[in-house]
Amino acid sequence: MNSKRRKPRIGVFKFASCDGCQLSLLDAEDELLDVAAAVDIAYFPEASRAMLKGPYDIGLVEGSITTHHDAGRIQKVRKQCRTLITIGACATAGGIQALRNWVDTAEYVRAVYATPKYIRTLSLSTPIAEHVPVDFELRGCPINKNHLLEVISAALIGRKPNIPTYSVCVECKRRGNVCIAVAQGVACLGPVTQAGCGAICPAYGRGCYGCYGPMETPNTAALTDQFRILGNDGSQIRRAYRGFNAWAWEFRKAGEECE
Amino acid sequence: MSSREEGLSGLVDLPSIGQLISLLERQGWRVIGPTVRDGAIVYERVESIDDLPRGWTEEQEAGRYRLKRRGDDALFGYNLGPQSWKKYLHPPEVRLLEARRENGLLKILKQSDPPPRYAFLGVRACELAAIAVQDRVLVGDRFADPIYEARRKNLFLIAVNCAQAAPTCFCTSMGTGPRARQGYDLAITEILEGERHEFLLEAGSEQGASVLGQLRARQAGPADSEIAEKMAEHAASQIHRRIETEGLHDLLYANWEHPRWDDAAGRCLSCGNCTMVCPTCFCTNVEDVSDVRGEHAERWRRWDSCYTLSFSYIHGGSVRRSVRSRYRQWLTHKLASWIDQFGTSGCVGCGRCITWCPVGIDLTAEVRAIRDTPTRAPKRRENRNGES
Ligand code: SF4
Ligand code: SF4
Ligand code: SF4
Ligand code: SF4
Repeated sequence: MNSKRRKPRIGVFKFASCDGCQLSLLDAEDELLDVAAAVDIAYFPEASRAMLKGPYDIGLVEGSITTHHDAGRIQKVRKQCRTLITIGACATAGGIQALRNWVDTAEYVRAVYATPKYIRTLSLSTPIAEHVPVDFELRGCPINKNHLLEVISAALIGRKPNIPTYSVCVECKRRGNVCIAVAQGVACLGPVTQAGCGAICPAYGRGCYGCYGPMETPNTAALTDQFRILGNDGSQIRRAYRGFNAWAWEFRKAGEECE
Repeated sequence: MSSREEGLSGLVDLPSIGQLISLLERQGWRVIGPTVRDGAIVYERVESIDDLPRGWTEEQEAGRYRLKRRGDDALFGYNLGPQSWKKYLHPPEVRLLEARRENGLLKILKQSDPPPRYAFLGVRACELAAIAVQDRVLVGDRFADPIYEARRKNLFLIAVNCAQAAPTCFCTSMGTGPRARQGYDLAITEILEGERHEFLLEAGSEQGASVLGQLRARQAGPADSEIAEKMAEHAASQIHRRIETEGLHDLLYANWEHPRWDDAAGRCLSCGNCTMVCPTCFCTNVEDVSDVRGEHAERWRRWDSCYTLSFSYIHGGSVRRSVRSRYRQWLTHKLASWIDQFGTSGCVGCGRCITWCPVGIDLTAEVRAIRDTPTRAPKRRENRNGES
């Protein structure tokens, strides 16, 4: 980096989420010092007392929009960030909490909270890109820390990040896994899910859960047909699509088509 | 041992196969062979006869594979698993380069160690043909791939003749099997008849003859060769899948607008599994990664597939956006344009792409559908960019 130039400032912002994705950054222990040397972490309440005012060169946004307050806050965050990158399934698709989108939220609030009138919430959990323009969406539940470092490195030098958008199957085969869909009849979402995890679940005999969301050209209708051939009924197939990326458009459509 | 024109042959017993493995290991080869893992027979390092899939076989159909017990002790009583030898000769991931910035200069770091000398045990006839196809593509062209070449040149190839065929096999259509005829150092025919369990070993090279000479083999007679031929005939008679190759190249070229491509695109997941399991598909991409400080960089080569959007990405976007154009690219490359490029078919009839397609798309059925209802394509004027 050119030392005369001021260091780029990064802000990390949290919305409705579990913090797991932000923690991926802290988990990159070996690289964190490099990140700290290359950038000014100006706002990262999770990790430091840094609460410097904007504007920021890069904003990393975790979490989905579930409250009126957050719907307003994301507008302010967007205005403060030159480049806005959303990280994780909550921010890119609405997260697991988007399962509320198919139920009566008010009824849940009444059932769960002692004093429902204190709760003000939106009936939908929605991804950041439904509220403001987003420069790059980094998928995953949680994200892969190497991807995060790649996206930050790429943003710093202004190149396109090297993040695959093809299927999990490609990674699965490179890894040398025996396909559990073919060899064991397991319903695996790998063919319609974006790569990124390195095909961890199939390596341990579990079908892909779709953590990285829909791949570039997902043919969910064909996969649904195959799941039926493997002996799954509509409700089982719907449940497969309704995971961390349930509200991602292609999975949402696929799940609804199983009704 | 009998000396015939095409080389030495001899008969050995079951324990000798174990001795063969240890003999090769002692002489510096790393033996890769069939072994049972995760519900399939895969090619991995084998160190003794106990690693081999003794008594195992498999059931295969389009989109389906199940490991199964045989009623006997056969060592090679299966056909093909998900992996091909490509995994070792043309590895899925290779670091091409590692560099570090030192005092303002880019320093290329030491390259990785040379690959081991591999001995492949249990190479089927169609797989020998696939290795020959990759030889042509990766070393027989103007530019040779040094990664493949380094692994290939020290190879010891032990073929196994198929005594049975899987329902997905169609080597007979492609003229590649079921009997290994050339390109091996040693060929094994497993003879299982009643109480008799022996292996006919035939040398196909000097290197093979020398290894055979170190095993305690007893002489094989004409009757044994005859058994091997009979077994090959029996395996061939079990093959029902078929591709009519006569005029196939022109048929596919003429039918580039056939409605069957749309039909296939409706079923295809564009997942890329067929290209990954294919023993001849060779495509790779190259990715550079750098650290946050910009001081350390690596360049990686990884298997790629013509089913990905990035595969056809050029300035302005991907050329093959529709799955139709991607399925068509794969099938016509394997069966037609490969011939223009390399002088042979890119398909050896192993059937892996049929078994390991998660939705069981079968190229032999796709070809048949086009052959049965050919609709000549209009002249090429509309095909500006391969997209339609
Ligand atoms: S196990 Fe799943 S991810 Fe892996 S190749 Fe099979 S379908 Fe694809
Ligand atoms: S195209 Fe299919 S049948 Fe032909 S060699 Fe490749 S994997 Fe085998
Ligand atoms: S079929 Fe596709 S992946 Fe295979 S060699 Fe041809 S272009 Fe490459
Ligand atoms: S033909 Fe089958 S294996 Fe190949 S990309 Fe399509 S769905 Fe995947």
